[in-house]
Parts: sequence; C-alpha cells; structure tokens
Amino acid sequence: MMTLAVQAKNLQKDFNRRTIFKGISFELGEQRSLVVTGKNGSGKSTLVKIVAGLLSATKGSVEYRTGNTNVSIDDIRDRIGFVSPYLNLYDEFDAVENIKVLSSIRSSSVPTDSAIQTMLERVGIAARARNLVRTYSSGMKQRLKYAVAAIHKPDLLILDEPTANLDEEGAAVVRSFVREQEERGILVVATNDPAEIRWGKIIVRL
Amino acid sequence: MKFQSTYALVMKDVRSELRTRYALNALLMFVVTSVTTVLFALRSDNPSAQLLAGMFWVVVFFTAMSGLSRIFVSEEERGTTLTLRLLTIPSVVFVGKLVVNCLLTLTLTAAVSVLYVWAFPGFAIVSWDVFIATVFLGSLGFASASTILAAIIAKANVRGSLYPVLAFPVLVPLLMTVMNATARALEGETIALAFGDLQVLVGYLLVMTAGSFLLFDYVWVE
Repeated sequence: MMTLAVQAKNLQKDFNRRTIFKGISFELGEQRSLVVTGKNGSGKSTLVKIVAGLLSATKGSVEYRTGNTNVSIDDIRDRIGFVSPYLNLYDEFDAVENIKVLSSIRSSSVPTDSAIQTMLERVGIAARARNLVRTYSSGMKQRLKYAVAAIHKPDLLILDEPTANLDEEGAAVVRSFVREQEERGILVVATNDPAEIRWGKIIVRL
Repeated sequence: MKFQSTYALVMKDVRSELRTRYALNALLMFVVTSVTTVLFALRSDNPSAQLLAGMFWVVVFFTAMSGLSRIFVSEEERGTTLTLRLLTIPSVVFVGKLVVNCLLTLTLTAAVSVLYVWAFPGFAIVSWDVFIATVFLGSLGFASASTILAAIIAKANVRGSLYPVLAFPVLVPLLMTVMNATARALEGETIALAFGDLQVLVGYLLVMTAGSFLLFDYVWVE
C-alpha cells in the first residue's frame, strides 16, 4: 500500500468571530509524529479534528497524499484511527460487536475472531469482551476505543488526550500503541502531559 | 458508494433498534393509541372513504413524526455521530439511514393498515393493487423526507417540536396525493384511474431522494 502523507497549509479556525488559531502549517510523512499542545480552549481538539476531516478549517487546507497522488479524506478514511473522549462507541453492543460493526462500516474487511481476541487481550478487556459496553467503566471504554482504532493497523493514528481515564497499566498499553505507530506510520497527539509531549518529532504549541 | 459499508450500517441500526427499541416502541404505541382514539371518535358514524383515507394518513403522519427522527437523534444523543463521520463517507450514512427509515415506515404503515381493516368496517379495500402501490410509494416518500429532516433537526436544541413543524410543509403534497389515492382504492377505482396519483408519488419520491442525497453532505459535515 502507498505511503500516506499529510500536509497542513496555513490553517485557521474561527468560531463565530473568534479566531481560535491561525497560520498552522506542518507536513507529516511516514514515521513522523506531531504533538499539539496548548492551554485549555486553545484549539488542540479542533486542530486534530480538522486533520481527521471531522471539521473544516475556516482558512487554509489539509492535503492528503498517497505516493505522489493527492487524495481526498474520503479515500483514506479506512486508513485512519482516532481515539478521543468525544468519539463514542455503541453502548448496546459488546466489545466484539463494536469492533466488528465499526470495522465493517469503515471498510469491507472485517477482522477475524482471533485478531479481535488478540487485540482485546492487548488492551486488557478480553475477560469482559461479551459484556455490553454500557456496563464498562470509563477506563475500559477508553481501552476499547484503542482496540477499535488500531485493529486495522492505521497509517494515521490520532490520539486526543491519549491517557484520559486510564490507570498506569492502561497508560502502558497506550505507550505500546504509540511506539508501534511511530514505526508504521503517522502519529498525531493532542495533549498537555509533559511526558506525552515528548512523543512528538514536530510540536505545535497553540 | 460502498455497498458493504452501507449494508453494515443498516444491519447495525436494525440490530441496535431490535435491542433498544428506541423508535419501534414509540411508533407502535402511537399507532395503537391513535387508531383507538379515531375508532372511538367515529364509532357512531358511517364515515366516507375520503374521511377514512384522511384519518389513515393522519395517523401515519403523526406516528412517523414521533419516531422517524430517532434515526439521527439517537446517534447525536449517544455521541456516536462523530464516530460515524470518522468511519465512512456521507453517502453511505444517508443511504443506510434511508433504508432503515424505509423499513420502519413500511412496518408502521403495514401495522396501521391491519388495524384499520380490523377496526373500521367502512375501511374496506376494494382495489388492492391501488392500495398496495399507494401505501408502498407513500411510505418510501415519507421515509425519504423524514430522513433528511431528521439529519437537520438532530443538531437543533428543540428537536421534538421542530420536526413536525419542518416536516408538514414538505409532506403536504405527499399527504394530499396519498389520501386521494387511498380513497380511490376504497371506492374501487382501477389502477388506470389512479395512475396520475401514483405518478405524483413516484415523482415525489425521486425528487425528494435525489435532493436529500445532494443536500446531505452539507448537513452531515460540520
């Protein structure tokens, strides 16, 4: 599969008449990690949403390239993984159902049962795999979000507040995903944690 | 269009609906209570075919207004709208939600039809072909208009009251036509005589679906 590259050019985002940030540019290719940091309300989540194609920028653009070809965000949705507190899962399904349903909506390839089992063991919720998500704690839901986001080995992994709601064991799981992603593709993190800021080769301070 | 993703989204919604009964319970309870109310109101009269056809679609309209918006409102309330927006393209979401709303509306109109035939001796369908074509096309037209309106109002604060207010002017041409065609079915007119009404229903369905498909991108993407 062609290598994915992301280029942000002079991004600006306004909400009503208030400018949240402006003049943000960066280029991300394979094995490049970006950390977005800044005080509360500075637009960290807004910026990563723009990179993921969930929000449009007021000015500027985000371009995606596979090899030497420009592609649209719709062409690469199945190559993105995103974990954040505001991306929720389906409470009425269990962990396995969530992974299967969301993977099949994302692309035609549904992970095998053994791949799902391995992923759930990795994030530490295999024992509760068949319980409905509405019975999970917030930390378990966060772990399941990692399983959903990483099961298809995304080229672009975006983490907003990566260790929110997680205990030390959960944070160690996140670090393993980060290391793996740094070798495989592009990592984008929005955080204020000093240890997590060090994950970035490029740091954007808002 | 990604048919596999669309199918997965439809199956997700069907399975979710069967498990939570978000919309299904609301629709069926509304059907039972409104048909019962109409039954008591008209029990001593001998209502005309025109009146019965009108009351039939009044029940369908208000029942649809009570349940069909759930298709997007439930995603918004559960915070899964962004998840869907991340995973797939807008056309997949629109077609998937439209198919689910069509299934719900067809279930609803089938339930209302059975109850009407059982409860009102005057609701004797003579031209079954006209009735089935009217109910089928009318249901799809309802579902098509309801789906795009549900996507629009899901982002509003006053969803409950906004939905019927927005839907009424959009659905007026459809309601007038289906009432007319249903009365023809009760009066025993042939499909050739009802052909004009059925053409209007097909036209409404095509225009509404095509317009909604084109508009949905702007509604869905922030």
